[in-house]
Amino acid sequence: MTDAVLQLSDVEFRWMGQAGFSLRVPNLSVGKGESVLLLGESGSGKSTLLSLICGTILPTSGVVQIAGQDITKLSGGKRDRFRAEQIGVIFQQFNLLPFGTVGDNILLPLRFAPARRKRAKDATAQASNLCSALGLPSGVFNTKATALSVGQQQRVAVARALIGQPPLIIADEPTSALDANSQAAFLDLLFAQTAAHDTSLLMVSHDPRLGERFDRVIRMEDIAQIERGTP
Amino acid sequence: MILRLAIASLFARALTVGMTILAIALSVALFLSVEKVRTGAKASFADTISGTDLIVGARSGSVQLLLYSVFRIGNATNNVTWQSYQDIAARPEVDWIVPISLGDSHRQFRVMGTTQAFFEHYKYRQGRSLEMADGLIMDDLFDTVIGADVAATLNYRVGDPIVVAHGLASFSEHKDQPFRVSGILRKTGTPVDRTVIVSMEAIEAIHVDWQGGAQVQGQATPVDVIREMDLKPSAITAALVGVKSPLQTFRLQRAINEYSQEPLLAILPGVALQELWSIVGIAETALLAVSFMVVVTALIGMMATIFSSLNERRREMAIFRAMGARPMTILSMLVLEAMLMAALGALLGLALLYLGLFIAQPILDSAFGLWLTIDPPSLREVWVMLAVIAAGAIVSMVPALRAYRMSVADGMIVKT
Repeated sequence: MTDAVLQLSDVEFRWMGQAGFSLRVPNLSVGKGESVLLLGESGSGKSTLLSLICGTILPTSGVVQIAGQDITKLSGGKRDRFRAEQIGVIFQQFNLLPFGTVGDNILLPLRFAPARRKRAKDATAQASNLCSALGLPSGVFNTKATALSVGQQQRVAVARALIGQPPLIIADEPTSALDANSQAAFLDLLFAQTAAHDTSLLMVSHDPRLGERFDRVIRMEDIAQIERGTP
Repeated sequence: MILRLAIASLFARALTVGMTILAIALSVALFLSVEKVRTGAKASFADTISGTDLIVGARSGSVQLLLYSVFRIGNATNNVTWQSYQDIAARPEVDWIVPISLGDSHRQFRVMGTTQAFFEHYKYRQGRSLEMADGLIMDDLFDTVIGADVAATLNYRVGDPIVVAHGLASFSEHKDQPFRVSGILRKTGTPVDRTVIVSMEAIEAIHVDWQGGAQVQGQATPVDVIREMDLKPSAITAALVGVKSPLQTFRLQRAINEYSQEPLLAILPGVALQELWSIVGIAETALLAVSFMVVVTALIGMMATIFSSLNERRREMAIFRAMGARPMTILSMLVLEAMLMAALGALLGLALLYLGLFIAQPILDSAFGLWLTIDPPSLREVWVMLAVIAAGAIVSMVPALRAYRMSVADGMIVKT
């Protein structure tokens, strides 16, 4: 797949200090504009896989390619910069810096990504637009992040992931803290925005019911093997 | 933006951060005030006497002579005879000479007998002369000029009568010869403020009926008779000497020290002051060391605060990491935070110092005769503050390095 935004090939990661305990991902790819749901139970290595994709940890062997760049070849500092430029991250909950305003939180990744800041052009205006597109109340920009409801905070996290149009969004169970109605509304907004910006989405969840809304559903056990060494 | 977020983060932890800043501020204020008192004391010490080339007294130690003649601390072990005084006065090198006679007191203040020349030649604080705040220099035999502190403490005005006591802390008073306050000196910040000045003749006059330190039984010479008497002093306690040319100072000093008729001692006030200060200076260094340790303690307190905040801030660090911040950025943010706290602490400390100075200035002045000037921060004080900020940065490296390692290990996996 030539236009893959994310491509993992023969990736192996060994946990330090735990002999024989390793995660292997022979092949994982996400195409441009594609939305993929990655299902997995806890302990299936999801968090490790996300850290490998984001470049905060390095595989023992293999290739992690994002937007055509093998990030395992980059130095630590360059990987951090690359992540800021290319990946928008949404956590499960507590996404925002509690002491910052909504605006601070949305604009934060641009601080570490000059190219993305350039892409955003008028960053403040784009952030405001994203806020209104995501159904956040007007005037929310200068509100303290902690003053918002959990659902609103998650939407701010989406705006932060989308600003400056990174090619890939990684979402780690972003709906788990929301009730069923809010979940649906949140996903509607998220898909509308990723579609509008032609952004790829890799979302991790343990809830298979979300699967029908994604282009593709993959299971952790199908793409990755965890080897547990003998103690 | 990072600076703004760091400030916002500090505000979010206002209570603990406030306490930390207050601790630093108090320690800096303590350090600066110790420094201020130290330099103030040293300056006011050195300013006590100026323009006098030699102090002459009976042979003892130079510090002792300086202490009793200038600071009115302790007592002379011996006197200088009037004959020796006149021999010195007649020497060609001598430009002026002022005799001093000590030994009596009024309440808690020392009485000093001297001549009109004292008001002319005694200089303090780089050559400033004594000035009258009220009244005139003594004219009559029983006139007295009092220092500013004497007037303020005992609430004396020009024209008030005062009775001199024989000796120091004594119950026997020269009641038969009451004095009248003829003038009050302006505040000088020197021991003169706490001195009752009378003429040399007056010292003789009040001792007419005294012999061997006690009043002669039944003898009470009337004041009118005393006035008619020859009141030439037989001895003085010390003399302040000015020479015609500075080059002659050492020659005159040697001549006096080798004076054959009487064992005398001539000292250079500046040298004796230095000698005295080097004795007092040990306490000064100890005080400075203690206040330095207080600053170190406050900074270590800040380190502890940052350490204890690290765990609850792991999520914050994970968010920064996920957004592309390098572990180095996390480290710098913590150091920046510490520097902000230290800087705020140092500034607040400086403000506290000035507040303290405004409050303490008159109290220190009246209680200890120590006049602390309120000037804009000196270069030295600015350096102290910068050093505190730098030390804050260095101290914060310990928790910051831990945060660095934590953020490398955690990556963007959020641990709550």
